[in-house]
Amino acid sequence: MVRLLERLGHEVEFLPEQTCCGQMHYNSGYMNEALPLVRHFVDTFRDAGVIVAPSASCVGMVRDSYIQMASHAGDEQLKADIEQLLPRVFELSEFLVKKLGIVDVGAYYPHKVTYHPTCHSLRMLKVGDAPLRLLKAVRGINLVEMEAADECCGFGGTFAVKNADTSMAMLGDKIRHILNTKTEVCTACDNSCLMNIGGGLHRQNAGVNTVHLAEILASVEENGK
Amino acid sequence: MSRLKSDKENDATFEETASKYLSDNQLRSNLRHATHTIRDKRSAIVGEMEDWEELREAGRAIKEKVLRHLDTYLLELESSVKRAGGQVHWANDASEANRIITGIVKSHKVTDVVKVKSITTDEIGLNDALAAEGIRALETDLAELIVQLAGETSSHILVPAIHKNRSEIRELFSRTIGRDNLTLTDQPAELAETARLYLRRNFMEAKVGISGANFAVAETGTVAVVESEGNGRMCTTLPEVLVSVVGIEKIVPEWKDLEVFMQLLPRSSTAERMNPYNSFWTGVTKNDGPKEFHLVLLDNGRTKVLKDRVGRQTLNCIRCSACLNVCPVYERTGGHAYHSVYPGPIGAILTPQLKGIENRGPASLPFASSLCGACYEVCPVKINIPEVLQHLRGQVVRHKQENGRFFKERDPENRIMKTLSWAFSTPGRYRKIPKLARMGQKFVVKNGHISRLPGKLSGWTAMRDVQPMPEQTFRDWWEERN
Repeated sequence: MVRLLERLGHEVEFLPEQTCCGQMHYNSGYMNEALPLVRHFVDTFRDAGVIVAPSASCVGMVRDSYIQMASHAGDEQLKADIEQLLPRVFELSEFLVKKLGIVDVGAYYPHKVTYHPTCHSLRMLKVGDAPLRLLKAVRGINLVEMEAADECCGFGGTFAVKNADTSMAMLGDKIRHILNTKTEVCTACDNSCLMNIGGGLHRQNAGVNTVHLAEILASVEENGK
Repeated sequence: MSRLKSDKENDATFEETASKYLSDNQLRSNLRHATHTIRDKRSAIVGEMEDWEELREAGRAIKEKVLRHLDTYLLELESSVKRAGGQVHWANDASEANRIITGIVKSHKVTDVVKVKSITTDEIGLNDALAAEGIRALETDLAELIVQLAGETSSHILVPAIHKNRSEIRELFSRTIGRDNLTLTDQPAELAETARLYLRRNFMEAKVGISGANFAVAETGTVAVVESEGNGRMCTTLPEVLVSVVGIEKIVPEWKDLEVFMQLLPRSSTAERMNPYNSFWTGVTKNDGPKEFHLVLLDNGRTKVLKDRVGRQTLNCIRCSACLNVCPVYERTGGHAYHSVYPGPIGAILTPQLKGIENRGPASLPFASSLCGACYEVCPVKINIPEVLQHLRGQVVRHKQENGRFFKERDPENRIMKTLSWAFSTPGRYRKIPKLARMGQKFVVKNGHISRLPGKLSGWTAMRDVQPMPEQTFRDWWEERN
């Protein structure tokens, strides 16, 4: 993402103070344990110009749940700080397509690729076809669509551990749909979903890689592998 | 595999029973076929409506108004029903409702009643309560009849026998109500005819009918049942006495409000533009239909749900079951894994609120979701199911923490989560994690990846490999570069 944004002429800063957005704690029911992470996020990014994350679910957490958490904690100052921060937080594909209006980022990626629209990018952030439009503009790419693409891969954070059997049944179907496309690469806007899908593909020695959207968009002729 | 009534509702957790249903391949195939068919049909029929989002918002707004002024509307409904010649009963909980209903039935000295599909009566266990008084309740909704004949419970709000395919139903009928037909096939028309012949006899003889309701109009006292077979119409018009059991949240303020719901409900539930049988009745009418009408208004935990600022939107539900049909979890486990008459996403938020999160089974339900959000997207009254799931997860965790349940159950989760929160809350601690992980993973990395993790994490590695912590993290790369 750093290489991509710099290539597009942006100055990228990485704040080393940042840690975790708190989604894992929040989604697992640990509200009190998530709150310090929310405060830390707000303190860290207070002065940042634009905050871009290559993860739809983290951005969804910040955008959809931070205000609720501040209200729940009865912290008006935190709530005001979050409100001030929110308009500057973007997921990568929405930042490129919706904010900057760029579709062709000048990438080159000569591979067969299928795109998994992750639940939180699709239904929380409503990024729509932004990632697909970015992918379609990549030179050399052969995009193939999988069946039931918008169905959950079965990750769901701690769900995959607590309800491992159900999660596996969901992942099994997702992998079948990916393999049916005879693709080389499966891409998405979330590393967490890719970790789930990729973990399953690797176990099966399926010969399909999982690659984050940012990595594909960052690839150019010289290093296009 | 089907769930029998003897399963303990408050004990077994979702994850403990789900695997049993997941490994039933016939069930998986029945569910996959049924949910995908209805899902695709719904999507097409909703897609026809240009003002669908406005309709959803209207539905949500009416329900919110009802819940906000429920006390007023309930009293208005009571006086409207009484004005139209009906009788109104108030039931605080299941046993009170059952006592009222059995009392009415016994006062008419009958031993058989006909019922039209009503999940509310399943919620209160009415059939068992009637049976204990020697009264046989016959389910007349075709799918409910199938479930009753099989001695099972329903597995779907709208299609209670969704877990069965037609050859399984043929087999069931040929040893019960279709015993005399030696050439019974699994053709839907033949199966329906078998049920029709059996049910008609019972309709003609029944003195008392029991129904649920989809809506109750405060303004007019009108009660509505929306169904597809006409058996509900028979049930609510042929008997001399009609008893309708209605949850207090089923109210709509005015007759004209039905306009919104009669569009939202059929498109969301059966994927139809208009529903086939819509029955509306207002009290009693001379020489037409039942001579006696009883409305039993049921609380059974609903006012407790109403108290919860986030949870109360659950009471918007119009029982369309669209959320079940799109849910990737429900599609794979089916309804019986939820151990409740309300399965699927809506059940995962309603059951714990009605039964209490201090019970093991209901407490497991908010976690039976990957939070994919498909349910919220299709909900015709805009219940933010993922939001309520997260809210209830919070309540479950807090309850466990406050009552020392993690410790008693030797569950390390609380300690791990607290440690991670501590580690994530300052950059200094956070930065040490990759180094610690590299040290720890030495024991589990084999051939460049992790294939087995201990304890609860073993569920993750049962089907997935894990990438180890790399030699250079993004942070290392960034620092080296600058």
